[in-house]
Amino acid sequence: MRWLAELRMRIGMLFGRGKAGVRLDDELRDHLERQVAENIAAGMNGEEARYAALRTFGNPALLREQARTTWSWQWLESLARDVRFGARSLRRSPGFSLIAIAVMALCIGATTSLFTVVRSVLMRPLPFRDPGRLVMLYEHFRDARDNQAGFNYNTVAPADYADWRAQTHGFEDMAAWRWWQFNLTGERGELPELVTARSGSWNLFPLLGVQAAIGRTFTESEDRLDGTAVMLTWSLYERRFGGDPSIVGRQIHLDGEPYTVVGVLPKSFTYPDAKVELWVPFLSGLPAEIVPHHDYHFGRVVARLKPDVSLASALSQVEAVQYRLHLQYPVAPVAEDVVSRTINDDLAKDVKKPLLLLMCAVGCMLLIGCLNVANLLVARGAARQKEMAIRGALGAQRLTLIRAQLTESLLICLTGGVGGVLLSLAATNWMASRWKDLPSAEGIHIDAVVLGFACALVFAAALLAGLLPAISSTGKAAFASLQASSRSTTGNLSRATLRKTLLTVEIAVTVVLLIGAGLLLRSFVRLQNADVGCATGNLLTLNFSVPVQKYSSPAKVNAFNESLLEKLRALPGVRAVALGSDLPGEGNGGDDIFIIKEHPPLKPSDTLPDAFTLWADPGYFSALQIPLLNGRFFSRDDRLDRARKVIVSSRLARQYFPGENPVGKVVHVRAYNDADYEIVGVVGDTLGQVGKPVEPAMYYPILLGGLNRGESLAIRTDADPLAMSVPVQKQIAALDPEMPVSNVQTMQQAIGDSLGNASFSATLVLAFSVLSLLLASVGLYGVLSYLMAQRTTEIGVRLALGAQRDQLLRLILFDGLRPAVIGLALGAAASAGITQLIGSMLYDTRPLDPTVYVAVTFTLLLVATLACMIPAWRASRLDPMQALRME
Amino acid sequence: MGKPSDLVQGTLDLLILKTILLEPMHGWAIAKRIQQVSREVLQVQQGSLYPALHRLEQQGWIKAKWAESETGRQAKFYALTAAGRKRLEAETANWNRLSAAIDLIVAEA
Repeated sequence: MRWLAELRMRIGMLFGRGKAGVRLDDELRDHLERQVAENIAAGMNGEEARYAALRTFGNPALLREQARTTWSWQWLESLARDVRFGARSLRRSPGFSLIAIAVMALCIGATTSLFTVVRSVLMRPLPFRDPGRLVMLYEHFRDARDNQAGFNYNTVAPADYADWRAQTHGFEDMAAWRWWQFNLTGERGELPELVTARSGSWNLFPLLGVQAAIGRTFTESEDRLDGTAVMLTWSLYERRFGGDPSIVGRQIHLDGEPYTVVGVLPKSFTYPDAKVELWVPFLSGLPAEIVPHHDYHFGRVVARLKPDVSLASALSQVEAVQYRLHLQYPVAPVAEDVVSRTINDDLAKDVKKPLLLLMCAVGCMLLIGCLNVANLLVARGAARQKEMAIRGALGAQRLTLIRAQLTESLLICLTGGVGGVLLSLAATNWMASRWKDLPSAEGIHIDAVVLGFACALVFAAALLAGLLPAISSTGKAAFASLQASSRSTTGNLSRATLRKTLLTVEIAVTVVLLIGAGLLLRSFVRLQNADVGCATGNLLTLNFSVPVQKYSSPAKVNAFNESLLEKLRALPGVRAVALGSDLPGEGNGGDDIFIIKEHPPLKPSDTLPDAFTLWADPGYFSALQIPLLNGRFFSRDDRLDRARKVIVSSRLARQYFPGENPVGKVVHVRAYNDADYEIVGVVGDTLGQVGKPVEPAMYYPILLGGLNRGESLAIRTDADPLAMSVPVQKQIAALDPEMPVSNVQTMQQAIGDSLGNASFSATLVLAFSVLSLLLASVGLYGVLSYLMAQRTTEIGVRLALGAQRDQLLRLILFDGLRPAVIGLALGAAASAGITQLIGSMLYDTRPLDPTVYVAVTFTLLLVATLACMIPAWRASRLDPMQALRME
Repeated sequence: MGKPSDLVQGTLDLLILKTILLEPMHGWAIAKRIQQVSREVLQVQQGSLYPALHRLEQQGWIKAKWAESETGRQAKFYALTAAGRKRLEAETANWNRLSAAIDLIVAEA
């Protein structure tokens, strides 16, 4: 009961404190008057009695305060007072407040945005059952080189997957999926469209713990070679089928074949990315001869760990199975090892590093922002030194003074934080839409956790920015200003040192950022100018896919391709046309191993020759201007049965035929018809993917038939290539109106797109570092202006004594530049270590690239000189009389 | 001039509670009363009295009421609550125990 009464009392005091305060005053006055009355009764006169009473009474204000502290809301009162004082003093200097708030808004906003993205992409649990126990399994070849896509985490052959699943016990279950695409044709005359699909084993959805939103997921019996079940994702269901649930059970046509819709996936299911529009069973449409192969790598395996089994032991079982398979098939590319990574890492594999890098960059910017605000506060602290000294002398405790100043920096950070969160609402959306490779771009939004993070950021920033200035301005030395004459020129030396130190740190961090940004930018420029191996100007590119059902024999496909080429070459404005499976810079379709007939048989331990495989028509190389180095191009005669010929790249010739002429040699390719192919020519290297090293490549004649991964067309035009896109598409539609065409763009656009991420992170880091540079230069300017104001009298005396103005200018300039130079040296030294971490993100650029270091040094010195020049020049133009009279 | 430390630490609460046991009193009267009863030995400083009164009130041991005083002015009268009575008993017992113990030691020496 006591606590209840106490609580009532406290709440009463919270709301009735104004009245209670008046009452307390009454009570104390009453006491005082009684004392006076008693003194008069004792024989004193009125005046004397009053003074005597006051003497016994002590300090009434202090007494009142002491009584009030028992009301238990003291902290609230003093907080309100601090906030009131803080707000008032911030309002008094709107320039300072606005700058500080804007700096904090920018920094907190950027950090919050990036944190939102990082959280959604790297930390958010996937909408699956117990996602922490899901891992992805990959094959791993021991001769895999670092940083080379594919081989470290190699996709899995279907037969390997089947053996893993059957012979190991560490996982509850394993499921597989692979990439696929279909030509979805209309039921009621809608346009045909190329849809991205995945084929997943029947147990994938139960394994992930995902249920169909409408209908059901696949059954085991549907997962067979001639299976025709299909599941729609929510986006396709809404977009193409108008969200009509009666679609379940009906048929749709994929590549001209009827498929039955068995279910619709829930809206939350966007695995592996949101571009996937439909799912078919894993085996559906797979050629029968591929299934038992251990060297056709295309599957991705998801496995769920048993609750009581460690990943290491589960993985070791799978590895044992895989190593046995490797020994069993010595000449086939069957990997020795198995590697795993969490499903989250797997999804974020390409963006994890850039994201963390950006997070670090933005963290540096926040640090610089805090240091800058701290610097501004130190300057204000100097201006308010008298105020602090007087408050201290009147009995304010040091802690109270510190708290009051911290409240001020908290107010700045809080206002900035609100602005920052608003800013980041916009920025996050922009970033999510701009950064195409983010795996869960649609799931990125600000939520309670992000807001909590922003709040924590605000308090951390307030503490960081406010504590140092507050401590320095309330120390014992601060009270010296009351004793010293107003002409003090040396009293603020320690404060100036503090500011210079803060500034040095600020500049050092800026230099690290600038160097990082410079390296990324240089790497990006190198990437952009990378030679893909062909002339990229005036090239229109597009993809189309000849449906196998309609064009069932190679002869039919050839007929379509040849008549298309003929029509396109006849178009006015077209100079040449190339038709192939892939174009340079478009990515690598796949690779195969081969055996060179003329070479001695390989030992089982040898690495098998391996090359990327591409298909090309006779005009491909000349249209793309890929040089012929030896032998000949394909001819129109190299078709069907007479087409067992290949052209190899210069890199392949160097790697596998050192010191030999490869033309005339014969290679045997088991994976492609299990046949012999004669090398007829050697051509220049092309880059499959910009930013990746040149790999050996082997071209088959496209007229051989049997290409099953879609065609790429490149048209070299006289003028603007995009102007030709409509006539070209009309020609394709004239030949077959159901042929879906995609990715119509110029080659430069296509290559630019593939560099999108590199350009995005380079641009963002550059933006952050330019902002940091701006902040640092403002800080430099502020410190020097402040020092000059402190030294006005001294400069006046120097001038009066005959100092030369240019001498003074130099003196002040060097004084300001010293922290810049020290910061520069520190920052450069730190960068040398830190940039090693981003080495793998750089293309053809060393982390210690001297150009970048020199450029950053010059930029920083230039900006610093400019920032110092203004106060220095102003000081050197002082009128000595005025300066001396100022105080 | 008596300083607050003239009062044995922690006994001010006991003195206040005991003083207002018989009738409600205002602050000045409490101080006077303690002074008189102790034959001018104990001087309660206002600086200690009012914070102590307000603290006791916050803790619910005494309650305050504004009433007309003997001079005809409004004054704040403090009275014991039921909880205050129990508290007084406890404090008194405690004090007796403590002073007896101190007596023993002082007599011994």
